[in-house]
Amino acid sequence: MANLTLIQAVNDGLRTVMKADDSVVVFGEDVGPKGGVFLATEGLTADFGESRCFDTPLSEDGIIGTAVGMAMNGLRPVAEIQFQDFIFPAFDQIVSEAAKLRYRSGGQYTAPMVIRTPYGGGIRGGLYHSQSGEAYFAHTAGLKVVIPSTPHDAKGLLIASIQDPDPVLFMEPKALYRSVKGEVPEGEYTVDLSTLRTVREGGDVTIYCYGAMVPVVERAAAQAAEQRGIDCLVVDLRTLMPLDEEGVLEAAKQTGRVVVVHEAPRFCGYGAEISALIAEHCIEYMEAPVRRVTGFDTPFPNTLEHHYLPDDRRVLDAIESVYDF
Amino acid sequence: MASALQILAPDGSVVGEPPGLSDEELRGLFVHMLQIRCMDGRMLKLQRAGRIGFVGTATGLEATLVGAAAPLRREDWLWSGLREGGAAVMRGLPLAEYVAQMYCNANDTAKGRQMCNHFQHKGTNYPSWSSVIGTQITHGVGAAFASMRRGEDTVHAIHFGDGATSSNGFHSGLNFAGVWKVPAVFVCTDNGWAISVASSAQTAASSFAAKAPAYGFPGIEVDGNDVLACQSAMSDAIERARRGEGPTMVVLKTYRMLGHSSSDDPTKYRADEEVEAWAKRDPIARYERFLTDRGVISKGERADLEAQLLVEIDAVIHEQEAAPPMALKTLVEDVYAEVPYHLRREYNDFIAVAEKLGHAQPGDGAFPL
Ligand SMILES: Cc1ncc(C[n+]2csc(CCOP(=O)(O)OP(=O)(O)O)c2C)c(N)n1
Ligand SMILES: [Mg+2]
Repeated sequence: MANLTLIQAVNDGLRTVMKADDSVVVFGEDVGPKGGVFLATEGLTADFGESRCFDTPLSEDGIIGTAVGMAMNGLRPVAEIQFQDFIFPAFDQIVSEAAKLRYRSGGQYTAPMVIRTPYGGGIRGGLYHSQSGEAYFAHTAGLKVVIPSTPHDAKGLLIASIQDPDPVLFMEPKALYRSVKGEVPEGEYTVDLSTLRTVREGGDVTIYCYGAMVPVVERAAAQAAEQRGIDCLVVDLRTLMPLDEEGVLEAAKQTGRVVVVHEAPRFCGYGAEISALIAEHCIEYMEAPVRRVTGFDTPFPNTLEHHYLPDDRRVLDAIESVYDF
Repeated sequence: MASALQILAPDGSVVGEPPGLSDEELRGLFVHMLQIRCMDGRMLKLQRAGRIGFVGTATGLEATLVGAAAPLRREDWLWSGLREGGAAVMRGLPLAEYVAQMYCNANDTAKGRQMCNHFQHKGTNYPSWSSVIGTQITHGVGAAFASMRRGEDTVHAIHFGDGATSSNGFHSGLNFAGVWKVPAVFVCTDNGWAISVASSAQTAASSFAAKAPAYGFPGIEVDGNDVLACQSAMSDAIERARRGEGPTMVVLKTYRMLGHSSSDDPTKYRADEEVEAWAKRDPIARYERFLTDRGVISKGERADLEAQLLVEIDAVIHEQEAAPPMALKTLVEDVYAEVPYHLRREYNDFIAVAEKLGHAQPGDGAFPL
């Protein structure tokens, strides 16, 4: 066991698979000698050589399109998109190509590849270095969407994603890169892609969250317990697609009061899916309307980002409102 | 760089045909170059002091900005990337707006919505870039098409970096521009690096300029540390576009002397010797020697000019430090022409909590629903 930050755990995960599997290649903008703008790939070129970890020309479309071809022909590409905000030039390759290849070829061709990308706010990056675009991708059949919130899960989910037979979008909460630390097992292990994690047990209110919102929700849950004696069940979804539906419904039934938290905009956001699942499958257990705490339905601001991002106060307000309903 | 157009050698001696500019105009170019260097220095200081978030400097690139923008008319458009703010100031962006943008404060014309180094100035047709590399290239081409359609003689200077030549926007932009023969000049500032990726790793073509003929128009390479060469090449390309003869790509070969931004440590990926070699080609020192030899400025005048510029910049910084807080309603304004019902409701829910916590100012109150 080593005590690592989330970004160190990502680096450790990449090293672990690169050692074990020669077909794994890591590439993107600035991932080589610089080690990535956040240093997720630090040292990989030095340790594995330029044929295993390398810089590309500045084209996300090129990065993802070539990754698809590599994956179709025996390599295991792990492509980095420097900020999730810059993934859109590659949207076509992800949505039309990588995600649909297995289906359109009747299973003859596949694209087992991982796209790693930092997402989310909290670094004063303005509109284009802060977005949370998970809903665009979770909506895309054929693609898996994974978001870790702890160093342990970052490594285990990353290895599982690279070993997965289908394309995986691996979104890394950049706000947590260096702000969370935790025990990470040495060597290879995986975390199953489709199991949620229970962060905190409680019988009064269920809160669903993922990524950078997990610590925010944990703080709000602690305050709810302290100030009001409300026991929250906190669920980290970890894999948005495929979703652990059974686990989600089970958690809702346990309390009958639900809050969903994400920093992405609300309209057609991931919280809408969770709310709809609960409405469809266990409305009879519900004691209060579902509350969503999310970013505004606006582009991501810059100077006012601390007001845009859900914080513990806004989450606590929602916990109290469903509890008191 | 033997093939690149050069008028001043690195030692300031004249090796080409200087453009026909008056002494006053020649001096003006120098002051603008100094202003860019001075602003970069001050902004870096503010960033280190935690007053502003981020700086992408133009240190070492002063000749490209000033030389390229000098031949533009006020109604011409300049499509910018990260580092063209100094050219905006030269063309009329008030210094106060420049600094307010760096503070992303309530005086910023973009209402603090963009991160630092995203300047705009409607009065001189200078939109800000988004942040997404290469997207302004096609915008510039479309806008040039619009100017052409209306029969105006407006020209569009479309700036981007060496890294951006790999973007989809570069290909589509140059392709459309060639097919439509629009009044545009593509200004590729090859500063050696796209963050940590060397410009030699962006393409296997012999040069960026070599790409232009494949799109059906000329490309030329210019010594980007020679302000007169930049001015002269741009002037020709702009006038060609104005005459309706179509686009040109002008590649300004220069060097990004500092990190990609205040968040970057360039020593991790490039050799000190390379930086030192380019320091000897400094565009300001070169031009200073030329101007001194010609008697346009006197020996030692540079220091006086810099001192004056810094006084002016510092006064503006002082002013911007006192900007009022950002109105919270800007969170939901300008998303659409009108603030729609759902955003008014989201804002009202938010402001109810903010008011409870004492975070709201007078005027931040709820929208009528
Ligand atoms: C589409 C996109 N991908 C990646 C980035 C991250 N990024 C910001 S600047 C930059 C390098 C740009 O290099 P260049 O075009 O040479 O301009 P320079 O910074 O040298 O002026 C990169 C990769 C981005 N902003 N947009
Ligand atoms: Mg560059």
